[in-house]
Amino acid sequence: MTAITVSNLWKEYPNQMVLERINLELPNKAFCSIVGASGCGKSTFLRILLGQESQTSGAITLDGAPLAADPGPDRGIVFQRYSVFPHLTAVENVAFGLETTRAPFLGRLFGASRKAVLEESRKHLDAVGLGYASDKFPAELSGGMQQRLAIAQALVMNPKVLLLDEPFGALDPGIRADMHKLIFKLWEENDMTVFMVTHDLEEGFKLGTRLLVFDMVRIDPHEPGAYGATITYDIPLENKSNGELRDIKNLDLKKKD
Amino acid sequence: MSQHRIINRQPGRAGVVWLAALPFLLLAAAYLIGSEIRLEANPNDKLLPPLGKIWTSIERMAFTPDKRSGQYLFWVDTWASLIRLGVGVSIATIGGLVFGVASGLIPYVRATLSPFIALLSMIPPLSVMPILFIVFGLGEVAKIVLVVFGVMPFLMRDMQIWVLDLPGEQLIKAQTLGANSWQIALRVVLPQTLPRLIDSVRLTLGPAWLFLIAAEAIASTEGLGYRIFLVRRYMSMDVILPYVAWITLLAFVMDFTLTRISRKMFPWSKLEGR
Repeated sequence: MTAITVSNLWKEYPNQMVLERINLELPNKAFCSIVGASGCGKSTFLRILLGQESQTSGAITLDGAPLAADPGPDRGIVFQRYSVFPHLTAVENVAFGLETTRAPFLGRLFGASRKAVLEESRKHLDAVGLGYASDKFPAELSGGMQQRLAIAQALVMNPKVLLLDEPFGALDPGIRADMHKLIFKLWEENDMTVFMVTHDLEEGFKLGTRLLVFDMVRIDPHEPGAYGATITYDIPLENKSNGELRDIKNLDLKKKD
Repeated sequence: MSQHRIINRQPGRAGVVWLAALPFLLLAAAYLIGSEIRLEANPNDKLLPPLGKIWTSIERMAFTPDKRSGQYLFWVDTWASLIRLGVGVSIATIGGLVFGVASGLIPYVRATLSPFIALLSMIPPLSVMPILFIVFGLGEVAKIVLVVFGVMPFLMRDMQIWVLDLPGEQLIKAQTLGANSWQIALRVVLPQTLPRLIDSVRLTLGPAWLFLIAAEAIASTEGLGYRIFLVRRYMSMDVILPYVAWITLLAFVMDFTLTRISRKMFPWSKLEGR
């Protein structure tokens, strides 16, 4: 069964076509990396998947059903920054999703039920290696730890789709490598499809089972907004070799020039 | 030491205390000397009364029952003013918070009310004071409404700006965590606006006192502002000066208390790199 289909998706802002003719079929539990130059609409595509923006035309289905219009618990998100709540401790950040689901009116639990939720949240923190920092506020955590927290916070909802918008872009290379291991492990353990937008082609190649390159194929020099970007390369990476990465790099560089 | 530029020289711990005390000591000295000189020329001078006379007045106002009413006027005045200020500022604070969160979070509320509040905040509050006295009479309501009218528009707009400043990512994230609009207001926006609200209330305390004293000066039968303007007729600087000092002290204590509350209740808001 196909988990996600995108058929003939277009997105247009006033005087600016952003995306055109986007078609995509993803099997269940894919890890889809999206790369491309700045301003080529890859983040817009992610926002449409998230429900933060709506497409001008075209359709997206998730397990056969059209995508809900608003962001919801079936799709988790980790942004590059500001994904965690600064006024809650790490464990409270993770518990947030559990509390909103279980306490519709106040959005927070008390007493024994709160204790149980915090206990459950600590397990999720342990899973991302943050168990020791559960009572710290985000401002007391490093950038990499904040991203770990944001991931744990999203995973607590068991989302069908996890969207990552340049999640490791602001991190040091060494920490980034650790985060790659972590996200790959979490993806393998959970039954979810991951979309990761990244600037870093190597990162996209290393982690993905599928690599999408977004780019503009048609350019009208007299009217720069006339055409949008589309998927110029759609490369399956289930059996990847380093030679392939070299080929892709050449392709991409050529396209950028 | 001397080779440092002046912007790099730091006073020591004792230095900080001494330097902070210096303007106060200079002011006190200037008063005492000025008072001495004037009293020498005219023992009945009222402008800079000697400390002994000020103290006698404090005793008369604060620790001796008034001959006519049998009340301790100083405390009656203090209580009346604090009630008016407290009720007024509380109403303004709640209004500012509710409007700020609702209009910052809900585009329809913002579109409906934001231009109206923006215009309302441009009306000089003192210019509507006559209207308030006509509509609400000369009792407590008019004075409280003036304080509310004077500070609430600022609080409303400040809170709205603050809510709009919250990173959009947080609101999106909350939605992906299953929160509805109400839960987002309650658990994401409200707690993050409270520290700012306290800071804004601190900033509005000055204007709040201003409007209170103005209202009391015009029409009142008790209150700190009323008393100052009443005894002005007799040039009673010996009463006015301690009253002004007392108002200043009250304002300072309120400001200090709010700062402490904010620090105690919202430890995360003072962390670096938030």
